[in-house]
Amino acid sequence: MKFGIVVFPGSNCDHDTYFALKDDLQQDTVFLWHKDHDLQNVDCVVLPGGFSYGDYLRSGAIARFSPLMKEVVEFADKGGIVLGICNGFQVLLEIGLLPGAMLRNKDLKFLCQHVYLSLSNTNTPFSNLGHTGQVLKIPIAHFDGNYFAPPDVIQEAKQNGQIVFRYCDVTGQITEEANVNGSMENIAGLMNKKGNVLGMMPHPERASEILLGSDDGKIIFQSIVKWLTQHNT
Amino acid sequence: MIDKKLLKEHNLTEEEYREIVKLIGKDPNITELGIFSLMWSEHCSYKSSKKHLMKLPVTGKNVIQGPGENAGIIDIGEGKAAVFKIESHNHPSFIEPYQGAATGVGGILRDIFTMGARPIALLDSLRFGPLSNPRNKPVMEGVVSGIAGYGNSIGVPTSGGEIYFNECYSLNPIVNVFCLGIADKEKIFYAKAEGTGNPVLYVGSKTGRDGIHGATMASAEFGEDLEQKRPNVQVGDPFKEKLLLEACLEVMGKKLIVGIQDMGAAGLTCSTSEMASNSRSGIEIDLDHVPQREKDMTPYEIMLSESQERMLIVAEKDKVKEVQKIFAKWDLDAVMIGKVTDGDRLKVTFEGKMVVDIPVDSIVHSCPIYDRPCKQPAYIPSIYDIGLPPIKKEYSKDLITLLTSPSLANKEWVYRQYDHMIQTNTVFLPGTGASVLKLKGTDRALAITCDGNSLYTFLDPKTGGKIAVAEACRNLACAGARPVGVTNCLNFGNPEKPEIMWQFKETIEGIASACETFDIPVTGGNVSFYNDTEGESIHPTPVLGIVGIIDDLSKIPSPGFKKEGDILFLLGENKEELGGSEYLKFLFNMEKGRPPQIDLEFEKRTHDFCLKVISQSLITSAQDISEGGMAVALAESCFFQKPLTGFSVDLYDKIRTDALLFGETQSRFILTVDPSHLEVLQTIASDHEIPIRIIGKTGGKKMIIRQHGKKIIDVPVENAYSAWKNAIQGIFETQ
Repeated sequence: MKFGIVVFPGSNCDHDTYFALKDDLQQDTVFLWHKDHDLQNVDCVVLPGGFSYGDYLRSGAIARFSPLMKEVVEFADKGGIVLGICNGFQVLLEIGLLPGAMLRNKDLKFLCQHVYLSLSNTNTPFSNLGHTGQVLKIPIAHFDGNYFAPPDVIQEAKQNGQIVFRYCDVTGQITEEANVNGSMENIAGLMNKKGNVLGMMPHPERASEILLGSDDGKIIFQSIVKWLTQHNT
Repeated sequence: MIDKKLLKEHNLTEEEYREIVKLIGKDPNITELGIFSLMWSEHCSYKSSKKHLMKLPVTGKNVIQGPGENAGIIDIGEGKAAVFKIESHNHPSFIEPYQGAATGVGGILRDIFTMGARPIALLDSLRFGPLSNPRNKPVMEGVVSGIAGYGNSIGVPTSGGEIYFNECYSLNPIVNVFCLGIADKEKIFYAKAEGTGNPVLYVGSKTGRDGIHGATMASAEFGEDLEQKRPNVQVGDPFKEKLLLEACLEVMGKKLIVGIQDMGAAGLTCSTSEMASNSRSGIEIDLDHVPQREKDMTPYEIMLSESQERMLIVAEKDKVKEVQKIFAKWDLDAVMIGKVTDGDRLKVTFEGKMVVDIPVDSIVHSCPIYDRPCKQPAYIPSIYDIGLPPIKKEYSKDLITLLTSPSLANKEWVYRQYDHMIQTNTVFLPGTGASVLKLKGTDRALAITCDGNSLYTFLDPKTGGKIAVAEACRNLACAGARPVGVTNCLNFGNPEKPEIMWQFKETIEGIASACETFDIPVTGGNVSFYNDTEGESIHPTPVLGIVGIIDDLSKIPSPGFKKEGDILFLLGENKEELGGSEYLKFLFNMEKGRPPQIDLEFEKRTHDFCLKVISQSLITSAQDISEGGMAVALAESCFFQKPLTGFSVDLYDKIRTDALLFGETQSRFILTVDPSHLEVLQTIASDHEIPIRIIGKTGGKKMIIRQHGKKIIDVPVENAYSAWKNAIQGIFETQ
């Protein structure tokens, strides 16, 4: 499978994501420059973490205007698989591929730590190798990860199974204490209605090696590979 | 025109002025005077420290670059080099904590990538006044968010560091930032301006009036005019720096340039003159081409500005277009502002007129070197009369109290604000003795640590200097790393005071003897003098940043107790040494006594022993004993993994109980060993004549220590853990 990682000015998890996909998972992986208009026939587009354009305005607010985003939206509209990690999630919200918005974390501090995620929907391209209620240990590193949306959007997301990951404790309980950034419904990862675009605040690329504390992030990338393998043939 | 008042404003003495006139053969104009004031400032010239810095060992077989460049470079094998340095940003961080700390990070990052290395780790050594004083909390909050704001955005992990608290830092916090990058040995770049006629390119942010006289500010004491100094602090733009980093590494990766230098302290002045001087050439620039973001800037202001995120590049004539194309890709301009010339002069024109015309060497190399008088401070002998506190026998309570001392307590409140995992190399989370970063594609790793106990150096600078090196290497030994290079940041008071100069001299001699014993070269660093506010000097505060290599990452034990039933070994001897301890300071407010003494040869042997037993996978953890003594070291070892594991220890030393528990005798470690490896370990120890003894075992839910069979510590691990874990967070969350 061919993965494309979009590089915006200020992206800083692009190399980590490349390393996880290319070296750990042995997938064909390319960087996609934000000023280009060519997705190089990739099967999956990844918007990586970082501080695109410094995030001086709102996180992701400027990156959505990058030339390549036009192609990314067309790709998504045609059912292409798009994964937004951290800043990539914020860009997906800004451009409207996903509903809702990010507020500052509830205690108004940047947070970098391992968190636990409960897998709420495994019938997706991003989580099909897991089982419902499975607990994944994956780190977060963000200032604006406090997910917010109007009640009807949340209701709809719940009904459609769009909530893929929720912050939980080590035993899988979805608690307020585990909700480190204050997100509505403990949302850590959200999919579009069609099920081909996922945004997640935790960094699966940072959980791809036991040596670094966890390799639970691999489930997400491997799920995508499996889904693409089944659907591309 | 140039009178005493003007000289004073420029921090130049009358003798220095006479020297300048002699060197350049004329009275300098105001721009030239400004240039001398910067380049001859303590910060840039090392005029008071040079004489003593010469005592440090700077050579070694793996040294690629020693002191004098932007950063030191050590060969780490497999075609790679580690480029690293530590820098202070104390003065700006006190005036404006957020921007002061942020631009400290930005500055050191540029020092590293300007040599062709991609930065992979940042560490910070911070010192603040006690958090019980409400004035210190916002300073710490600002510094921490400034470091986070810059490092997180640019994407370099802040993977470790240290924080200590002492009253002496209330009006003068210490912000020392260490950065390490990795370069291909074949693609290291230097600050060179070679090749007559080669163009000089300016890249990065536009020049503004910020930071004018930053270097001279850092070379004088603060009085009551702090507010007025605020405009001297620069403002950081990590996004711009990220673009610069990528663009510079791209042009260097393609070997398109001749030389490069960042514009840090002393901005355009320093970069032009140093590059020319390093290549024994001249340089000419036209200020009309310098990108400016403020109107009507004078040549004086443009030459002295310390606006951030700027670099100066010398490129080969025929490669300029290609260089400019790469910078354009990253939305940056690379503007031609001058050229390399024959001869030896820095020539600057402005609106068609020559405004600077002086020999580069007069600025870079001709500053007078001072042999300032030294005198042992009056406090020295009397402070050793310790007058120990009476024995209270409430050791369990004392241990809990000590664990809540902000200098010893858990620092998660700080490090979770830093992105410490980005670049996916961070093997141990911050909060361990050494930061361990794997080298991708190899089995090897680097270990880095920053250390310095300023109370020891205050009480006995030479011993304190030795211990700073030893403690750092001890932390590396626990991580299975052998030290390969040192950078140091020396934070002291006003060198014009003989007592301060004495502290400086003694500290350096201590550092030098330890580095010689451990056979590690000093590859650079930074001296920060004038850490005085309203006449009060800080304790002498050397910070040693030491880099080590781990040959086989798979062998390295993570910190902390692993399981029940491991045997606890004490490596080293317990002595009755309470002087300079955190116990006396935090519980009794006593900064007194002789600090623990150190035998460097013995210390070295303990490190070799640790490395040996780690390389044979014989131990399950290693913890050095430092501030807080053996009781704190044992307690901390319980805290690394959940469920928490306790211990039971029996001691038979005939010394004061508080000294046994909390004394800071050097060259000691706690090792945990699976019972199956017991005998092998003992054999190796006896072969190497290393004193080790079994003191107990891990397990249970309590921390228990007995002396001569009598319980002296009996504390549930959970209680100790929550006291230690919540101390700093509690202080900040209850405001």
